[in-house]
Amino acid sequence: MIELLRRFGGKFRRYMVIGPACKLIEVIFDLLTPLVIAQMIDKGIGAHDVSAVVRYGMVLAAMAVIGISFTLVCQKMAALTSQGMGTDIRGALYQHINKLSYAELDRFGTPSLITRITNDVNQVQLAVALGVRMLIRWPFLAVGSMCAALAIDLKLGIIFLICTPAIGLVFWVVMARCIPYYKQLQAKLDRIALICREGLSGARVVRAFVREDHERERFAQAADDQANTAIAVGKLSSILNPVTFLVMNLGVCAILWVGGIQVSVGELTQGQVMAFVNYMTQTLTSIVYVANLVVVFTKASASASRINEVLNCVPGIADEGNQPVALPKPGNVASVPALSLSHASFSFGAGAANAVNDVTLELPLGKTLGIIGGTGSGKSTLVSLIPRLYDASTGSVSVMGVDVRTWPLDQLRRVVATVPQRASLVSGSIRSNLTWRDEAATDEELWVALDMAQASEFVRNKPQGLDAPVEAGGKNFSGGQRQRLTIARALVGSPQILIMDDSASALDFKTDAALRHAIRERSMRGAAKGGLPLTTVIVSQRVSTVRDADVICVLDHGSVAGLGTHDELYATCRLYREICQSQLRREELEGQRGSTAPAPTPAPASTLSPASAPTAPASICAKEGC
Amino acid sequence: MNPYTSSGSVATMTANVSGNDNLNDLGDGPRQPGDPERYPVGAVTRRLMGYVRPHRISFVASFVSAAISVILQLYTPILIGEGIDLIVAVGQVDFDALLPLVTKLAIVVVGAAAFQWLQGYCVNRLSYETVRDMRVGASDKLSRMPLSFIDSHAHGDLMSRVVNDVDQVGDGLLQGFTQLFTGVITIVGTLAFMLSINLTMTLVVVLVTPLSIFAAGAIAKLSNKSFTAQQRIQGQLGGHIEEYVGEQKLVDAFAYGSNAQQRFDALNAELYAAGERAQFMGSLSNPGTRFINNIIYAVVAVIGCVGVITGVPAALTVGGVQIFLSYANQYTKPFNEVTNVITQIQTAYASARRMFALLDAREQEPDAADAVELATPQGEVTLEHVDFSYVPDRKLLQDICIEAKPGMRFALVGPTGCGKTTLINLLLRFYDIDAGRIMVDGRSSRDYTRASLRRAFGMVLQDTWLFEGTVADNIAYGCPGATREQVIEAAKRAHAHKFIVQLPGGYDTVIGEDGGTFSQGQKQLLCIARVMLTDPAILLLDEATSSIDTRTELQVQAAFDELMAGRTSFVVAHRLSTIRNADCILVMRDGQIIERGTHDELLAAGGFYAELYRSQFAQ
Repeated sequence: MIELLRRFGGKFRRYMVIGPACKLIEVIFDLLTPLVIAQMIDKGIGAHDVSAVVRYGMVLAAMAVIGISFTLVCQKMAALTSQGMGTDIRGALYQHINKLSYAELDRFGTPSLITRITNDVNQVQLAVALGVRMLIRWPFLAVGSMCAALAIDLKLGIIFLICTPAIGLVFWVVMARCIPYYKQLQAKLDRIALICREGLSGARVVRAFVREDHERERFAQAADDQANTAIAVGKLSSILNPVTFLVMNLGVCAILWVGGIQVSVGELTQGQVMAFVNYMTQTLTSIVYVANLVVVFTKASASASRINEVLNCVPGIADEGNQPVALPKPGNVASVPALSLSHASFSFGAGAANAVNDVTLELPLGKTLGIIGGTGSGKSTLVSLIPRLYDASTGSVSVMGVDVRTWPLDQLRRVVATVPQRASLVSGSIRSNLTWRDEAATDEELWVALDMAQASEFVRNKPQGLDAPVEAGGKNFSGGQRQRLTIARALVGSPQILIMDDSASALDFKTDAALRHAIRERSMRGAAKGGLPLTTVIVSQRVSTVRDADVICVLDHGSVAGLGTHDELYATCRLYREICQSQLRREELEGQRGSTAPAPTPAPASTLSPASAPTAPASICAKEGC
Repeated sequence: MNPYTSSGSVATMTANVSGNDNLNDLGDGPRQPGDPERYPVGAVTRRLMGYVRPHRISFVASFVSAAISVILQLYTPILIGEGIDLIVAVGQVDFDALLPLVTKLAIVVVGAAAFQWLQGYCVNRLSYETVRDMRVGASDKLSRMPLSFIDSHAHGDLMSRVVNDVDQVGDGLLQGFTQLFTGVITIVGTLAFMLSINLTMTLVVVLVTPLSIFAAGAIAKLSNKSFTAQQRIQGQLGGHIEEYVGEQKLVDAFAYGSNAQQRFDALNAELYAAGERAQFMGSLSNPGTRFINNIIYAVVAVIGCVGVITGVPAALTVGGVQIFLSYANQYTKPFNEVTNVITQIQTAYASARRMFALLDAREQEPDAADAVELATPQGEVTLEHVDFSYVPDRKLLQDICIEAKPGMRFALVGPTGCGKTTLINLLLRFYDIDAGRIMVDGRSSRDYTRASLRRAFGMVLQDTWLFEGTVADNIAYGCPGATREQVIEAAKRAHAHKFIVQLPGGYDTVIGEDGGTFSQGQKQLLCIARVMLTDPAILLLDEATSSIDTRTELQVQAAFDELMAGRTSFVVAHRLSTIRNADCILVMRDGQIIERGTHDELLAAGGFYAELYRSQFAQ
């Protein structure tokens, strides 16, 4: 909290002084009130002086008016400070999140980042507001009442010195014991929700296996457990109010008795005793408020440290001082590889196995690289090294012959366009989604990209065309449409390298083929016009998608299991052959054998059951089909 | 691609599933929280009292102790005032009266505190125990609802009824009611005590205190407006954050950060303006009421003191002034609290209505009274002219006839939405058919108890379902008495044993929420092992391998083949090998079986199947 204040509070230092200073005036008046009443009683009633009573009444009213005027200033200062700081913190957080690399984003997790920038900032904002408004008021009122009481009479003051710490102690003990319980309680409530969710999502399974009774029992147990804990906390926390009341009024008892003695010997007046009683009430009410403030600040300081954690997180990927890279001249294409990896490895954490392990490959400009492998083989991780979304832990990755670590990030990511695996759009219009790479793209350029992505037809069918609205996440488009739009988005702004991360999975074979054809054509046309040819990296689980690539990289647990053309790999790479056999028709495979004539290797028996063996290597692949 | 929740049909399904009219109310739940017409306040209260009845001791005790505690608390200022009157000046201190008075005060204070604690404890007990009962009731209810209901309602909504709404009822109604009761007793008690001392001064207090209530109301009205504005912008900013931070990786990959930042900054600046205003307005209410209270305090003090001196408007003692001063302070508080509590109670009633709407929804038809057990299923399944629709005017399945002899293997083929999955729903009686008959072992499936009918079937779905528990528990789900040996045997047959023993805890590894770190293929293997263990006569596989990669699929397929051996099976699949090996392929389109036969027969016939086969094969 202190760290955040130091970082963002500077601008508001003046407000943070003026606000509490104004509040102080109200507090002083509040403190004086019992004294004025005491005067009213002693001077007014004692002397039977009605005008004195009215005069003191006017003083009270004047104090109220002046008090509220100053308070208004304070409230304004509090609003300015807290909202201003909140706004600044939010802005700074957002800016910083934009600088974080994938590694840090993974570490924090998206939901957590969202909570930090919304809830946590709000929490801090609230604490700052309450701080300006109340941090002076209640402690000062508590201490002030005590001092005022002590100033009136030291002996009676001792009662204060006993009661106040007593209440503080009760609060401290009860809260310290309750807070761990609250965490447990939340966890138990989460468990109830979990069981309920499981019961709903698994309704079919539960019923198919006739386990309704078991689920009921499980839920009842969780509910019971939660109730018992809640009752246990309740037992503790319901002590607070009665004990406060008890201590406060027993204090009053003592004041009456000791006060009686003091009055009888002329040390005190009746009004002063009354003032004492009022101060007692005020002190103890203040302590309750202070306790509440402590809770708010504890929460806020947890929030503040979560915010600081993000702000202090040094982005693992930075490009400070990197000079723009000169792209190779079109005539010079052959001399520079578009992409080269040299012994590149990457792991998600110190202890974790390498997700990408010692990958070395080179791809000339204008060529196509296919990457294939099972789920979890590291395909996506490998391609995210290219636009430097992750930094290779060892080895190096170069684009256009220049190590990605020396590229300015913006330039690198404009040269390399990515179509991510998950096709998602943001709310806005088709146009606003397509112009992510180039804000100034013309309609013509957008239509060219849509044409290539095989998306122009359905966009044209929309009444608003390019301005058709897109809902959050692109929910108003089908999976296939969304995927084609994300492909078009990557093609706008003429990238030199295009990475498609399993991004044709929702397309049927025909569209997929047409898309690849269009990209190839564009690459050649680009080269013919004297520009750079488009270099393409295609990640897929489908053999048919990568088989025509110039180079195919077969990944297995992060390592390269094979590198070469389809024919070469089919002849030499067992894993690749297995993948092919699991996907392609027997006739195709037989044709394969005919043309390349490797020794026909039947699929390993272990993966096939006897029943399906005769016809096994056959499948209708299109998942969207039947 | 979950056919159970595909959005198109669900919305319309909601309205009319098997003539269950109640569903409508629930469907609109979040927007129209309960129907006040159907659930008038009195009825809701009466039903809630039904839940309270088992805990009536706590209930009565909380009200009694609340009343005692409040009265004792209110009595305290009077005793203090009387005490002050006993210590007037030097020589005028009545110690003989002071000692018993102080003792009395101490007893009253201890009593008030004790009853206050008792009240807090009882309310807590009452509300948490009642909440638990309601929750268990609501959850039980869900398990008795037909699947059509669960399919057609957002799970988040149902969950929030069981978790949040019930909590609201507990907090709002039970605690709210005791607070309301305490508030009312405080107001009435204060009035009574003040009247017992002095009528005129009471009138003064009663007349001036509404000022503070009005002030609070006026400020609330003012600040509400700016809070709404603030909330609107906060919502927009939250939306931006949700979307762009949610897609931060995409933003990074496209170097779109600075553009996103610009928009964020604009919204952030707007939020500052609105937020600053809202917070300032909101922060006025406390000082505002405090100001009014200070004025009231001054007025009461002046009038009281004048009364002491002149006897006009009321003859008072100094202690009397002290009493009225503290009552003036206290009197306004319950009013503000009561207003707060009333909003809380209103929310709670809305929640209670939502909960009761769930509890009143029509349950699935219970088993017929003379339903028999399907003890030793043979696996013979016959469908005779079965019709079914989720919505009356949109037939989904029409005139389906299938005759399956024990051990036969059927493959269901057809475009998305043709009714393949629905057929499986009907076999398990998740839904009941509209016309025709489904016979199992020669008897209508309606004649059997649901439980025994379902035990005859084994089912593996595309969406794997694992619950939070150990691997062994998950495998033994359908067979809770299974020994470890049996579990391992089933896992081996499902080709799952190998990866299970490599887990850190082996069969005792706890699976986290949503299947934890298991790959889709591994989860599927566990589900297959689960079915292996139950040894069903009839097997239903619904696109069980569509979300795993093709090499893993080969392995899973081997497990499936093992599973299908010797059982009647119905398989919705896209793998040609499965389809080819079927004894009979049923080609469905638009809810009808349009072709049936073996792979070769159908190809030779050159119909829809042949076309489908070619279009999905050819590149």
